[in-house]
Amino acid sequence: MYEVEYQQARSVADAATLLAKTGGKALAGGQSLIAAMKLRLAQPGTLVDLSGIAELQGIRREGDAIVIGAMTRHADIASSAEVKRAVPALAALAEGIGDRQVRNMGTIGGSIANNDPAADWPAALVALGATVVTGKRRIVAGDFFKGMYETALADDEIITAVSFPVPKKAAYAKFPNPASRFALVGVFVAQLPDGSVRVAVTGAAPAVFRASGIEAALARSFTAEAARAVAVDASRLNADLHASAAYRAHLVSVMASRAVAACG
Amino acid sequence: MGANETGIIGQSVKRKEDARFLTGAGQYTDDVTLQNQTHAYFLRSPHAHAKIRAIDTSKARAAPGVIAVYTGADLEGVNGLPCGWLITSVDGTPMNEPPHPVLAKGKVRYVGDHVAMVVAETRSQAKDAAELIEVDYDVLPAVVNPVDALKPGAPQIHDEAPGNRCYTWSLGDKAAVDAAFAKAAHVTRLDLVNNRLIPNAIEPRAAVASYNRAEDAYTLYVTSQNPHVERLLMTAFVLGLPEHKVRVIAPDVGGGFGSKIYLYAEETAMVWASKRVNRPIKWAAERSESFVSDAHGRDHVTHAELALDKDGKFLAMRVQTTAAMGAYLSTFASCIPTILYATLLAGQYTTPAIHCEVTAAFTNTAPVDAYRGAGRPEATYVVERIVREAGVETGIAQDEIRRRNFIRSFPYQTPVALMYDIGDYDQTLAGATELADVKGFAARKAEAAKRGKLRGLGYASYIEACGLAPSNVAGALGARAGLFEAGQVRVHPTGSVTVFTGSHSHGQGHETTFAQIVAGRLGIPVDNVDIVHGDTGRVLFGMGTYGSRSLAVGGTAIVKALDKVVAKGKKIAAHLLEAAEADIEFEDGKFTVAGTDRSKTFAEIALTAYVPHNYPLDKLEPGLDETAFYDPTNFTYPAGTHICEVEVDPDTGVVQVVNFSACDDFGNIINPMIVEGQVHGGLAQGIGQALLENCVYDADSGQLLTGSYMDYAMPRADDLPSFKVTTRVTPCTHNPLGAKGCGEAGAIGSPAALMNAVLDALAPLGVRHLDMPASPHRVWQAIQSAKAAA
Repeated sequence: MYEVEYQQARSVADAATLLAKTGGKALAGGQSLIAAMKLRLAQPGTLVDLSGIAELQGIRREGDAIVIGAMTRHADIASSAEVKRAVPALAALAEGIGDRQVRNMGTIGGSIANNDPAADWPAALVALGATVVTGKRRIVAGDFFKGMYETALADDEIITAVSFPVPKKAAYAKFPNPASRFALVGVFVAQLPDGSVRVAVTGAAPAVFRASGIEAALARSFTAEAARAVAVDASRLNADLHASAAYRAHLVSVMASRAVAACG
Repeated sequence: MGANETGIIGQSVKRKEDARFLTGAGQYTDDVTLQNQTHAYFLRSPHAHAKIRAIDTSKARAAPGVIAVYTGADLEGVNGLPCGWLITSVDGTPMNEPPHPVLAKGKVRYVGDHVAMVVAETRSQAKDAAELIEVDYDVLPAVVNPVDALKPGAPQIHDEAPGNRCYTWSLGDKAAVDAAFAKAAHVTRLDLVNNRLIPNAIEPRAAVASYNRAEDAYTLYVTSQNPHVERLLMTAFVLGLPEHKVRVIAPDVGGGFGSKIYLYAEETAMVWASKRVNRPIKWAAERSESFVSDAHGRDHVTHAELALDKDGKFLAMRVQTTAAMGAYLSTFASCIPTILYATLLAGQYTTPAIHCEVTAAFTNTAPVDAYRGAGRPEATYVVERIVREAGVETGIAQDEIRRRNFIRSFPYQTPVALMYDIGDYDQTLAGATELADVKGFAARKAEAAKRGKLRGLGYASYIEACGLAPSNVAGALGARAGLFEAGQVRVHPTGSVTVFTGSHSHGQGHETTFAQIVAGRLGIPVDNVDIVHGDTGRVLFGMGTYGSRSLAVGGTAIVKALDKVVAKGKKIAAHLLEAAEADIEFEDGKFTVAGTDRSKTFAEIALTAYVPHNYPLDKLEPGLDETAFYDPTNFTYPAGTHICEVEVDPDTGVVQVVNFSACDDFGNIINPMIVEGQVHGGLAQGIGQALLENCVYDADSGQLLTGSYMDYAMPRADDLPSFKVTTRVTPCTHNPLGAKGCGEAGAIGSPAALMNAVLDALAPLGVRHLDMPASPHRVWQAIQSAKAAA
């Protein structure tokens, strides 16, 4: 790791000021950033630590939505009675992230700001039609995730919370990469309050995307068989050591069908 | 000595060493901090193959905290790293041995090759300075696959090895094999790849080198499985230092699996530099460095053929293997795919004629050397995969085809040089069959089918040659070292004992097993015995630990030293008891005049040896401290059968190991719990190879694509079932412990058992072949290909 300045922000406004002043990087749980710095792949001059900002913590129910503070750790989401009651699929997703150490440090805000193409949270946000709340504005999930490691965030913009509308039914099915256990393919299926179906896929492409073919099939018949029968176009999917694009396309249908089955 | 002479032998004594390991009190190399210590960092090649036009270290030398920067040009008078085994080609020529420079000279040959060493006040400063070294590379085409490396027109890696060939070697009677194939009723043919593995010991390699100007002597702390060998190679072959002026200490070591046998460039350069900077130097590899620079394992491409008669009896086997050596010859690289591979191709079977030809190729990759099992897993994989295939093709059941061909008369001379002393393969097959509940398999398979899953059962009846081995035989086969072991038993005046062994424990539990041997033989509590290993300054000599040799060879050296202690004790007892020496018996810690109740305890004899007031000083030296060297007369031959049961999800290609049963014959067992632990670890590594692990270099650029745990899949606890293991015993006939060794067996039998199980599960879908690892993607692709072909 290169030498780095460390600053602790006291509020969201303080963090924005520090980021603008130093040109540094916001430090959430550090589960991606610190690892990249140790490998000398990232070299921020200053780290602005968000962990001391009280307003970024906590999980609360606000009407028809579950609002999760950006600095809430995955482990806290996984064990939250509020989340388990309202959207059990979110708790299950959080429980499946990384390992125990990662879940105890990593945060939902840090994860979506990083927008790793194989991260789990983007699929949940897109499928549930969540809203990302920042110090400046509210961004719907579909507009937030731009591309591989790219989001709509400005350099000094800080995520404060994510608001998830409570769905009728939802489930996430992940096929892990055998080595990293990140999602080789992860599919989040949700039936929203208005009855519409959304299917968001992570791991398979450079960024999270909606599987429109499967959504249409499930709108007609919300069954595992309907999802399984859809042939997913492989042409824009990732191919690497662990999976060809064709295999990923196949897994999207399989995981979607398993998610539907898990919706009950 | 009988193995069960006293109660402690054969008991699952809790490991003495665990108190320090479990409480974080182990002392590993990176825990060693010397006064005024500096830190080294090695600049490594980013290219798989390149000429070095120039290296400019001026900016690095001027960087903060930098003490020295060395490149290959600075190492005048330093020889290359040696290879410890000379293999002679079929045409009678010695293998091609290109120089293996400590720091690159003129060319780099793999990603991770050592270009420069920076010595600085801190690790970070050394690393920062290394980034300032300017290397002008002329990048050359690279070749990473051994078969490709031997093709005409492949990039030429060493001038000294035309066509990238290291050797072409063979074993066995080719004419006899050809004749047997000509009359065969059936021939089974198989092409196999034995996937390249990265060892991944939990403790990365590390070293601390220091030079003492007053004594003109060096001390090296290093992660080594064999510190005496390390010292011998480093002083005599590379640095030209007097052996007695270099002390090598391998303190607690966190796993080796072979990767810490070898003399590496890093510690060699550090010992050399410690005199120049006149300060201690520390280096500890980062995990990323371990991936690129530890010697890797396996990497074979093989074509095999098995000839059978009409009754399913094996008539002959023919094997052609191409083995990767990597960019340079690591310490024992050359003997792994030859001496430790082709000799095992008889397996447990009476196959009368076998011929094996091995071509070793240089590739632009990290060197390849021994990895748990070392040659023997590769041999077992060939034999057990082709036996399965033969069974399938001839319609003979998997257990039956093995039984029809088992060796049952011992000693047995194989057609590939080895003489098996003893074994009972029916017994271990029966034991595994029972453990695996083979009878209930059909019902389990039917139940799985209802859930849309495919179950399969796979057998592997393996043999290994352990306890490496008679020095004279090894010498005749090209070894440039002896293969004995040394042991010393020092009895203290109060009767407690310190044992010095040339074996090295890096997870095997020697501190307990060896103490049990001593406690059992001398009739003293196990807590009165301590084992010292891993220090050339304390242990007289040692060949170290690899090849499952520590108990059979190192343990026997201790037994021989114990025999001398007891013999001397009898002389002292005879004097004290005023009896004839021949009348003294030693049992349960007491020297007794036969047929009487007159006796002296072991502690009384020990005290007398050091307080020799009433003592036959005219005939006997005082003291009780005995040394023995033991050179075995043969290898030992652990063997057994592993049965693996898998469940495959045809929708995703996921293979789940649902049952794994191992019935092994390790000869006599000193500590069953330690043996079981060794088997579990070996099985986990073997299942890792078959299911998950795969080292991949990019075919064009030669970059390591699996350079971290993001892409290199290590087995985790939830990838493994709860193992069912048991043992059967045929005691080794030629060592007094009757022990054969157990460290590698798990990794030897399990890959073939697992792959045979996967192929059995996929057979109904028409899948005939699969290479390791049976990853979900590969299994799914195999299913798709079979569907397309149908």
